Amino acid sequence: MLWLTWRQFRVQAAAVAALVAAFGVLLLITGLRLASLYHASRLAACHHACDQAAGNFLNQLASTAPYQRVYLLGAALVYLLPAVIGLFWGAPLLARELDSGSFRLAWNQTVTRQRWLAVKLGVLGLASMAAAAVLSLILGWWASPIDHAASSGSAAGFENHFFPVVFGARGVVPIGYAAFAFTAGVLAGLLIRRTVAAMAVTLAVVAAVQIAFPLAVRPHLIPPVRHTTVVTAAAIREIHGNGPGDVLTGVGVGNSGVPAGAWIISNQATTASGSTTLGAMPSACGPSMRDFSPCATAIAAKHLTVTAVYQPPNRYWPFQLIETAIYLAVAAVATWACFWLLRRKLS
Amino acid sequence: MMWLTWRQARIQTLVTAGLVAAFAILLLATGPHLVTLYRDSSFATCHRGCDQDASNFLNQLASSSPYHLIYLLGALLLVLLPVVIGLFWGAPLIAREVESGSYRLAWNQTVTRERWLTVKLGVLGLTSMALAGLLSLALGWWASPIDHAAAVGGSGGFQERFFPTIFGARGVVPIGYAAFAFALGVLIGLLIKRTIPAMAVTLAVTAVVLIAMPLAIRPHLISPVRTSVPLTTADIQGLTTSANGTDLQVLAGTPALPGSWVLSNQVTTTSGSTNLGAVPAACQPSTNAGPKACFSALAAKHLKQSVTYQPASRYWSFQWLEFGIFLTVAILLAWGCFWSIRRRLS
Amino acid sequence: MTALDARGLGKQYGRRWALTDCTLKIPEGHVVGLVGPNGAGKSTLLNLAVGLLAPTTGTIEVLGGIPADGPEQLAKVGFVAQDAPVYPSLSVADHLRFGAHLNPGWDAGYAERRVDRLGLDPAQKAGKLSGGQRAQLALTLAVAKRPRLLILDEPVASLDPLARREFLQDLMEAVTEHEVSVVLSSHLVSDLERVCDHLVVLAASRVQIAGDVDALLASHHRLIGPRRDLAQMPAGQDVIEAHHTDRQSTLIVRTTGPVLDPVWMVEQLSLEDLVLAYMGRASESARSRRPVLEVQS
Repeated sequence: MLWLTWRQFRVQAAAVAALVAAFGVLLLITGLRLASLYHASRLAACHHACDQAAGNFLNQLASTAPYQRVYLLGAALVYLLPAVIGLFWGAPLLARELDSGSFRLAWNQTVTRQRWLAVKLGVLGLASMAAAAVLSLILGWWASPIDHAASSGSAAGFENHFFPVVFGARGVVPIGYAAFAFTAGVLAGLLIRRTVAAMAVTLAVVAAVQIAFPLAVRPHLIPPVRHTTVVTAAAIREIHGNGPGDVLTGVGVGNSGVPAGAWIISNQATTASGSTTLGAMPSACGPSMRDFSPCATAIAAKHLTVTAVYQPPNRYWPFQLIETAIYLAVAAVATWACFWLLRRKLS
Repeated sequence: MMWLTWRQARIQTLVTAGLVAAFAILLLATGPHLVTLYRDSSFATCHRGCDQDASNFLNQLASSSPYHLIYLLGALLLVLLPVVIGLFWGAPLIAREVESGSYRLAWNQTVTRERWLTVKLGVLGLTSMALAGLLSLALGWWASPIDHAAAVGGSGGFQERFFPTIFGARGVVPIGYAAFAFALGVLIGLLIKRTIPAMAVTLAVTAVVLIAMPLAIRPHLISPVRTSVPLTTADIQGLTTSANGTDLQVLAGTPALPGSWVLSNQVTTTSGSTNLGAVPAACQPSTNAGPKACFSALAAKHLKQSVTYQPASRYWSFQWLEFGIFLTVAILLAWGCFWSIRRRLS
Repeated sequence: MTALDARGLGKQYGRRWALTDCTLKIPEGHVVGLVGPNGAGKSTLLNLAVGLLAPTTGTIEVLGGIPADGPEQLAKVGFVAQDAPVYPSLSVADHLRFGAHLNPGWDAGYAERRVDRLGLDPAQKAGKLSGGQRAQLALTLAVAKRPRLLILDEPVASLDPLARREFLQDLMEAVTEHEVSVVLSSHLVSDLERVCDHLVVLAASRVQIAGDVDALLASHHRLIGPRRDLAQMPAGQDVIEAHHTDRQSTLIVRTTGPVLDPVWMVEQLSLEDLVLAYMGRASESARSRRPVLEVQS
């Protein structure tokens, strides 16, 4: 059974392995130089109050090709790998046998179809999780200087590793994504029984979940911390205004209450009554203002508060593990559904 | 023949069209409010020196979801659309017929296989181009306030439309991508004759081309403009030195070139060398002289910024050039299909 | 032992009943032919017998066990599906390895000898084989796992006459060598005539008649005589088919006793005539409910 699984799977395995290997080589070559750049920078030698050094390092990287591109490419690849696995490993697993009728050959050997499916799911499932793990590992190694710098403060398009787009490309979460996409593909193949249609449905489902989860589910996995700062004249760091009537749209108090490396979900200024409409821009503040303090006093008189809703940086690994667990649980449910449908026999 | 094309392709067509329609409805629903926000902003009435207003407008948008989300989603969708078309419209077109043997039925009617291929390529190719064009038009209309603002002074995660990731999601280029991906898929399906391997190869080739184009080819389509401007203290964003305080590197913000695509931005000495010499004493981390003294010391070095860029006026030239390239390649691929359909499948 | 025991077996797809009220007992140690027109439910019955389909009504037991129940049951039954599906990208040798790995009871020597004798190239991809070669490969896979019962779904339907004859000869050799019972379906009676000693006629989703070939042929006759009203036939004679002209009646009857009326000319039937008679009757009376006729051997 293991031989058969390998024999039928070898081309797909080789394709993904080649992809991961090629990307690994790219990361190796650029990563060594990145590491040397990092060690030569002031950030490596810095021990405290490193935000400036971190910001400089990131700006330097952004202007040196090809680091920013490889960074983005790596993230894109780690996100695409589950979809590719779902489409090319998962969906055809059952759909191809059912489509071509070869299940009538396969399921009449002295192996029950449950055992047949269990071995196939096991081998391919583990392989997909392994591929995702390897990709995440090497990308994590490559990006460690960047992640370290960005944890003091994001700059030049590099974000800290809790940021939604980066979060899904690091750590153990990609393993969960791969398991989910694979089993979703297998289930789609079993339900739809036609290969190309199953691939399309798998793509749609995986894409929808990958987009919806960080937006709708992830912020609420652990209730976020709310930090309120009263807007005093001394606390104001920036103001945003807009419109000919000069509406005050935002007040920033710096992230003094929010630790560096946190995932800031929202950062809103509200009036005393809780409304987000902040009123007109005080006349003391305007493009022609020379001194900031009358403006600051005027804004402070509005009695605003800034509420930062965030996830502190020490929750990074709990979030990683919870999200991976959720995806693995969904994968397990999909697997169970496959076996249950299989037992009911095909009509 | 038209009926047959529709009948065989109706599911893919309906699903893709449905997806495009759904997103277009989303754009339609949020567009008017975006326009209102734009009209109410100071940016709309501004005539010169508008970068601050532009920044403010974009920051306001970034904080009031869902505009940033829709912006990114639109860009993502327009990148994925050619890939999906290549994979699900192009690759199975011939490969499925060959794999299932139904080509023996299809090509023995009173229609030559060339005519069969012409109608299929024509109808489905034009439909895919139309869908891509529609989506690009809708997104371009929706994002026009944002593109205006980003061209003047980008911030808040919105990029100006010449920027690589956004360039492929506006204008006529997506139409070229769709045509290319479709024709590529059909040819690969014809050559490989098995649906799933054809889909995999189409995915790989399309991905490589769509990534390589903005990185390697597009910057050189028209030779870029090189200019150098003196480095003013206002432009200095930061400087880095190596850990031992030697190796000076000055980071400068891009000079005001609204709407242009900056390819590289280097700080050089007057002679053009990137070796900026020793770090001025005032800038050493050990001496706490303060930024003003450091910057004056830097100003004394008479540094320049060498900028290589594509000016904003070339945006549409680039659009049409790239569209033309991809359309030409698509036509060549289609011709390849015709050439192979007799030779490879007899 | 009963090879196949179906009671009230029925299979419904949506609105359509592919198999209705099938009660059948096929003994072991025979080569059973399952014959009927296209769409009669032959494939459905055979797929039910190997557990690839689940019955809507009734039960089926194969060699005393529920189909596809577990490895032991799977080992007892060998199956070759319609169109002999194989894995197109696997070579012939790969298929033999496939069989060896998935079947503990695999007879590797026999399989290799057979492939050799058939002249199949072990390195050839199965997708490139001709229809006849594919059918032979599929038969090899089914026989080499040493089952007690072989079920073949229209194995020779798309083969040319020579390939057909060779396949059936091969099948017979395998049967005698390994003492296997066979159930094979076809819509060509001439094939079955050669090899089968037990017949089941399936038409209009029902079993029309089942029994030992010799017994069937002994109990069915063609009667030719003057034009006669059917109501005037003596008891004990069941008219299966009747043709009337102005003056003459040709009847196919099933009768247990001898035909004594001298007015009739009695002729022997060929198996094909018998099958056609039942199939004709089935298509005429597709709506009415007729009980299953069974002739005990």
